[in-house]
Amino acid sequence: MKRLQERANTRPAGQGLIIETSVRIMVPFIQLYGLYVIVHGHYSPGGGFQGGVALGASFILLGLAFDLPTTLERMSERSNALLANAGVLIFTGVGAMCAILGGYLLDYSVLTAIIPMAAAEWRSLGIFLVEVGVGLAVMSIMVSLFWDIGSAGQMDEGL
Amino acid sequence: MIWQFDLLILALVVICAIATITVRDLLAATVIFGVYSFLMCLLWAEMGAVDVAFTEATVGAGVSTILFIAAIFRTTRRSKD
Repeated sequence: MKRLQERANTRPAGQGLIIETSVRIMVPFIQLYGLYVIVHGHYSPGGGFQGGVALGASFILLGLAFDLPTTLERMSERSNALLANAGVLIFTGVGAMCAILGGYLLDYSVLTAIIPMAAAEWRSLGIFLVEVGVGLAVMSIMVSLFWDIGSAGQMDEGL
Repeated sequence: MIWQFDLLILALVVICAIATITVRDLLAATVIFGVYSFLMCLLWAEMGAVDVAFTEATVGAGVSTILFIAAIFRTTRRSKD
């Protein structure tokens, strides 16, 4: 609360306490919703891409209401790049693992050779793993797009 | 599918699309483009394509509008009209 009051005294005109507080309250729910969309992607509408965009939009909202260093406190550029590459690696790794084990690309049923489960269960789990990878990659790319377009790579004020 | 509802949303989509390319201000065009995206999202959802509607709402109306605004902030007004 004391930090909020200090910010209120030093912030430039045009940014409001109401916007910052409401964004501070909204962001966890947006992230929870993004996680829900990713995890329920194979049962219901949505999936890795939409959930990843929702997760990225929560960081973009933080960057809009505060400034870019505030988003950097939550997720540094280094960890953002790591998450993006980890997402692509999960996606291609699961796909290539299926191909290496003798099936087609992204044919999850052959993964029973690693962990013995029913083929139907592996198909469900495999699409879940792929969607986690897609979600991570999309979230990081959306956030870094906003960082780079919003500040021309300077990472100072943002919009 | 309710055809009256379809027709209403479609008319609004066409109006928004024409307004986006005719309005002179870039920021106003971006905001109208966001409205267009939300109306397209409604249209997809109404036609039963919930997945496409979801993508349109998150990407089309959410992130791409913000990226357009961020790009507009990098532009300068050269003419003094």
